[in-house]
Amino acid sequence: MKISAAVALMMLMTVFAVACRGDADNELVIMTHDSFAISEELIAEFEAEHDATVVLQPAGDAGEALVRAILEKGNPSADLLYGIDNTYLGRALDEEIFDEYRPDLLDEVPAQFVLDESGHVTSIDYGYVNLNYDIAYLADHGLMPPTTLEELTGPDWKGRLVVENAASSSPGLAFLISTVSYFGEDDDYDYLDFWRDLRANDVLVKDGWTAAYYTDFSQYGGDRPLVVSYATSPAAEYLFSAEPVEVPPTGNILIDKASFLQIEGIGILKGANSKDLAKKFIDFALGTRFQEDFPEQMFVYPVNQNAAIPDSFRFAEIPSAPADIGALEIGEKREQWIQAWTEVVLR
Amino acid sequence: MTANRLLVIGPVAFLAAFFLYPLAAILGRSFGGGEFSPDPFGVVLGDPYYLGRIWFTVWQAAVSTVLTLIVGLPVAYLFARHEFPGKTVLKALTTLPFIMPTIVVAMGFIALLGPQGLVNTALTGVFGDGGPQVRVTNTLTIIFMAHAFYNYAIVVRIVSAFWSNLSPRFGESAAMLGAGRIRTFTHVTLPLLMPSLLSSAVLVFVFSFTSFGVVLVLGGPRFATLEVSIYELTVKLFRLDVAGALALVQLAFTSAFLLVYTRLQAQSAVPITFVPVDAVTRQRRGFRDVAVLAAIVVGLLVVLSPLVALVERAVSSGGGYSLTHFVGLFTDDRGSYFYLSPLMVIWNSIRFALASMVIALAVGTAASYVIVRRRGRSGVVDALFMAPLGVSAVTLGFGFLVAFNRAPIDLRGSWLILVIAHSLVAYPFVIRSVLPVLRGMPPHLKESAALLGANPLNVFVHVELPIIARALLVGATFAFAVSMGEFGASLLLVRPEFTTIPVAIFRLLGQPGESNLGQALAMSTLLMAVVTVGFVAIERFRYRNVGGF
Repeated sequence: MKISAAVALMMLMTVFAVACRGDADNELVIMTHDSFAISEELIAEFEAEHDATVVLQPAGDAGEALVRAILEKGNPSADLLYGIDNTYLGRALDEEIFDEYRPDLLDEVPAQFVLDESGHVTSIDYGYVNLNYDIAYLADHGLMPPTTLEELTGPDWKGRLVVENAASSSPGLAFLISTVSYFGEDDDYDYLDFWRDLRANDVLVKDGWTAAYYTDFSQYGGDRPLVVSYATSPAAEYLFSAEPVEVPPTGNILIDKASFLQIEGIGILKGANSKDLAKKFIDFALGTRFQEDFPEQMFVYPVNQNAAIPDSFRFAEIPSAPADIGALEIGEKREQWIQAWTEVVLR
Repeated sequence: MTANRLLVIGPVAFLAAFFLYPLAAILGRSFGGGEFSPDPFGVVLGDPYYLGRIWFTVWQAAVSTVLTLIVGLPVAYLFARHEFPGKTVLKALTTLPFIMPTIVVAMGFIALLGPQGLVNTALTGVFGDGGPQVRVTNTLTIIFMAHAFYNYAIVVRIVSAFWSNLSPRFGESAAMLGAGRIRTFTHVTLPLLMPSLLSSAVLVFVFSFTSFGVVLVLGGPRFATLEVSIYELTVKLFRLDVAGALALVQLAFTSAFLLVYTRLQAQSAVPITFVPVDAVTRQRRGFRDVAVLAAIVVGLLVVLSPLVALVERAVSSGGGYSLTHFVGLFTDDRGSYFYLSPLMVIWNSIRFALASMVIALAVGTAASYVIVRRRGRSGVVDALFMAPLGVSAVTLGFGFLVAFNRAPIDLRGSWLILVIAHSLVAYPFVIRSVLPVLRGMPPHLKESAALLGANPLNVFVHVELPIIARALLVGATFAFAVSMGEFGASLLLVRPEFTTIPVAIFRLLGQPGESNLGQALAMSTLLMAVVTVGFVAIERFRYRNVGGF
């Protein structure tokens, strides 16, 4: 009958189309998370220089991309994976999905931004997760931005903070880790006590950054003037305002040890087809041309100390003392922290 | 004989290749690793937390389904029994919520019912600062509202298509025998509608059961469904074994519901005389009819108001109305590698949706025949074909990546993977629309045609196709809609040049800033426009007398 003949034909075509898809010569496939962004011109430059084709392959958020790389271990669909950060590094190294590579330009990366001592993942960029506030809301309600995390459990901030779920969101997990750093794990008043009090003070937990920022943050129609976001968010607000503004409508709350330094890196996947090209791309990505391009595309800082920082980043203050918990400790304890946190805050 | 065999092999092969095989592949991987806990099922079923999630998932889906039916039925009545100007467009608008990205819908709800929304601003205006306020955001109430908002179109479409071909004779006879309107409805119309009611209800139930975005974005993680837990376990905690166990529990539940449903469905199906639409719709209306109609239309507008709020926000900038955000959408001021003209994005969505629709129609129709012919054990077969709707999207997504990753079938770099994934969710809609009609078709029609010498193909084209045409159009509408709204496909998005409208919206909403938000809403407005045109085109589709029947 017609219909099933069509189905059979369709499947044949599928197999055919797929079988015909050979790997182009000198093709470099880079798997990234959804937030990766870079100028087209730079990719074209790399392609011209190495007579190569670059394919950027978004694969969901950072966690999804990593799970995908783990499931494809040994037979990767990409040569490089970009987007491994210090919250995922431990897992990525445990799974041994990367080959080692130490580019020369690593010398230009200050020690605090070196993500992986073992040389599997090369740092490319960094940013900070911290609290943002709605400047107009605080002024209207006669409030001053908090200067300690403890204040957040007081009556002034009752029902006024929205955070992301540490079990599903990167900034959510980053903020949880900074509270671990700030309050400690075994002190009289530890991070879980803080979260218990926050819960009692009507903290709102949203599942992802977008939902928290665009539906609950008072800047965008919600009723919460404090949100866990990034230190560069005010710079983005300034750059992407509907009408040109002098200063952004939001500000950073920088409390010592209460912001999280997130370093993102790139690594060569084991079994990659174009290994040499992949190395060249990492070198290219650490060069100043590339490093100066992505800050206003992705709103992160360049790790190369010679790269200039764009003017709009004057609204993206750098926290003086971020949380001091290393990637290895995070790798060991993240599951335990997430579970304890979920128990206290969500269940 | 060969044609018959092919009819069976086609859909079964599709299901086996693109559902069972990837599912088996990912579960094999999930349970295969030695480092995992020995008994993931013990972890799931022994943990009160997960048992709580299961219970919550079941009852919220049940409540959502009842609510959705209540909202959907009057609208179905409107479209089934009445002709009025602008009906096709209104029908298309009715179906819009189904395709909207959850985050955008959340914004629509917040623009209306949020702390700074229209309703609360009005309340403050009337009662002052300390006055009453509507507080629904981040509550269970808004999850129910959103589920009804998303899914009522399923009820409207499936029930009204069935209803509009139902002979009014039964109702007229009942009236003649002295039954009042309500009695006629509850005792005559409702039982006759039962197959389509059950059909749409089971889809709504399964959708609410596996709900992910709605629950997360509007309710927050405190209201996590099983689907949410599976996602977290897979992607954030890397507990693929426990996630796999939970995915199987979810599948077991949905399969059980589907089995119960198919049992009920088989009992409720009675041969029915279908008549052309023209014979059914009321042309002359009394005052009471007009009042009822007006009430339904007003109700419909209230339901659609969150979408109106979105459009309103998309065309506002700097205190007035302007097209700034639309212009911004078409300008590539950052020179990003990922920038794609909205026209390209729209074209991607349309071509993937059309391809998915064609596959879904072919597979769904063939599968419906397979189910109908297996009279004895049709329930099991039916439930099996519906299973793709009940399985966790994240599990199946990774299953695709694990299953089709070696030559000759390496789908990872191809857009086909996207289209196949969409078809898998789309074809069950075709089955659910076509099956009630197919079951109600009196067997003597086909028999007479065969007796008069028509071959099976002729019987299909001249006898069966005209009767199932309306149901096919409904199936096509949803297949198109499923793909346009793409449920959780960003995982499978292989190349930036394949960016679809929902993915473009998510991308814009990934960064802070008023103009990112404005452009995301402008893109959402374009999505609504494109889909409305698509729905109207499908509705207007005519092949000889096929579509109009």
